[in-house]
Amino acid sequence: MKKKSWIRKNLFANAWSSLATIVFAVLVVAYLPGLLNWMVVQAVFGPNVDACQAARGTGACWGVIAEKWRLIVFGRYPHLEQWRPALATVLLLGLLFASCVRKFWTLWLVPAWIVVWVVFFWLMHGGLGLSVVPTDQWGGLPLTIMLSTIAIAGAFPLSIFVALGRRSKLPAIRTLCTVYIELVRGVPLVSILFMASFLFPLFMPVGKSPDVLIRVIVGLILFWAAYLAETVRGGLQAIPKGQLEAAASVGLGYWQTQRKVVLPQALAIVVPAVVNTFIAIFKDTSLVTIVSLYELTGALSIALNSDANWRPFKIEGYLFIAALYFTFCFAMSRYSLWVEKQVHHG
Amino acid sequence: MRRPSARKRWSWRSQAFRGLLWQVVAVLLVGFAVWFLAHNTLENMRARGIQSGFDFLKGPAGFDIGESLIPYDALDPYWKAFLVGILNTLRVAIIGIGVATLFGTLLGIGRFSANAIVRGLCYAYTETFRNVPILLQLLFWYLVFTEVLPPVAEPVSVGPFLLSKAGFSFPWWVEGRWSVPAPGAFSMEGGASATPEFMAVLMGLVFYTSAFIGEIVRAGIAAVPKGQVEAASALGLPRGLQVRKVILPQALRVIIPPLTSQYLNITKNSSLAVAIGYPDVVSIANTSLNNTGRAVECISIIMLVYLVTSLSTALFMNWYNKRVAIQER
Repeated sequence: MKKKSWIRKNLFANAWSSLATIVFAVLVVAYLPGLLNWMVVQAVFGPNVDACQAARGTGACWGVIAEKWRLIVFGRYPHLEQWRPALATVLLLGLLFASCVRKFWTLWLVPAWIVVWVVFFWLMHGGLGLSVVPTDQWGGLPLTIMLSTIAIAGAFPLSIFVALGRRSKLPAIRTLCTVYIELVRGVPLVSILFMASFLFPLFMPVGKSPDVLIRVIVGLILFWAAYLAETVRGGLQAIPKGQLEAAASVGLGYWQTQRKVVLPQALAIVVPAVVNTFIAIFKDTSLVTIVSLYELTGALSIALNSDANWRPFKIEGYLFIAALYFTFCFAMSRYSLWVEKQVHHG
Repeated sequence: MRRPSARKRWSWRSQAFRGLLWQVVAVLLVGFAVWFLAHNTLENMRARGIQSGFDFLKGPAGFDIGESLIPYDALDPYWKAFLVGILNTLRVAIIGIGVATLFGTLLGIGRFSANAIVRGLCYAYTETFRNVPILLQLLFWYLVFTEVLPPVAEPVSVGPFLLSKAGFSFPWWVEGRWSVPAPGAFSMEGGASATPEFMAVLMGLVFYTSAFIGEIVRAGIAAVPKGQVEAASALGLPRGLQVRKVILPQALRVIIPPLTSQYLNITKNSSLAVAIGYPDVVSIANTSLNNTGRAVECISIIMLVYLVTSLSTALFMNWYNKRVAIQER
């Protein structure tokens, strides 16, 4: 009986609602069998080129992922050494997940992160008994996760200083921070990446240009710090003036006030917005493929463009990495809802 | 308040003195960094024999551009090529803003539908499209146009609208009458067509951004207190008038500021066109950079164009925001 009233209320409340329900039902009947047919029934799941070619147009070729997944996930990293990026990524992701659990929110996280980063770079780059793999061969998922984690870890602390600077009483510092934020937010990430790729070598002393990976990381950090700074500033502005006056009256200096009174409250307010920016950072690491660093999106192109047999099934490849990105981003946005609740309860 | 004595003013204990010192240090550091970068750039340019200056803009570009709003050919100077690129950027951004606003508004309103299926579909759309990178979506649509769609000769048609490897063709006012497109030997004949590159950029921008705009509109409508709607019903206003006179004016105040940043995002994200070869200003600058080697100049042009567009969009939206803001008397 309850079910019946739910259906009436939510599917057939009025003429328009009933019409929408009926139209949707017709569409499902008309198209769902075809879609399922393409995705599952007629689809080829094994790495079999001939079967895929035969099923072309009628069924999806998920075999392309079974065949090329190592190239898609690890890019051009030497085939025999791919256990290294795999292990490094698992370590990094493991610590990322652990850092998200309240039970582990202790000071031990700091040394744990340092150790994991050292191990990560040792595994990726080699040396000390492992063969050296130059950075231009790094790629795929490990690169995506590394770039986004470093960009977040670098940009977030920087953004706090810039946000404080923009609200500072000192005119010179305020102007510098404002100009930096507005300039960076006015231009697209692509132009910053072009700068990192073409101009950065000119900026350095003659013959001393760092590796392109480092240049891109610096570019990403400087770019995202400006966005995060604006988010953090929103939180700073929400702190009532009375808090500052109270801090001053108990004799706290500027940095003590910020560290013990303002920032704990301001950062708690902006958690959802900050996580949204983190998600944007993760998604936009895909842009580095424009300056020839082959992270997930770029790795798919190298994996399939060079192989005429498998090239026609790139759509399936795109759907696969879209699903990967979706999983990560959706998980992050759910997590931000949880943190928000924690923050407001505490 | 007691004025601090001269001795106290120049001591570490004086806040004013420390503030001054901090500022001097900051300005000196930034100044030094700028000098260091400029000095290195000049040294590098001399060492590599790179020419500099904007005089190259007057020389012939020497490359063709796939689509252009103004007459252009390869013999035209660089500045004209850049102008073509800027116009292409503005074209895709402005159309994208229009369509994404329409779509996003429908999505946002759909979240309040009485019908559970409509609500669910709008939610699923929003979560799917905003959690996949826009570059990936752009590449995906480009692939759909270049690989999946049928060739020109046998297009998919919805009424007079045709979709094929030649792009999207639609009826258009040509020489004083409506002209309907029809498949020709190598291209669509009659009507007007949007190239696959343009369509891929536009669809990528619209699908991605409308998910964000939908979320903004939803939050804006949710921010209007329920009592307002109830009061409007109590006055006997019909549903349409309730939306127009009570809900929208209040929701717009919440919607406009974040909507502005989405408009800016569309403009900036149109720069991803470089990945699929739509000749926007970034693509043109990239080609010019490779042809002339003038990295500093070409990248400065990109940044300048976007700074000017961003600032003018922000100014316009701030003006509009002031108009819809609460008039406090």
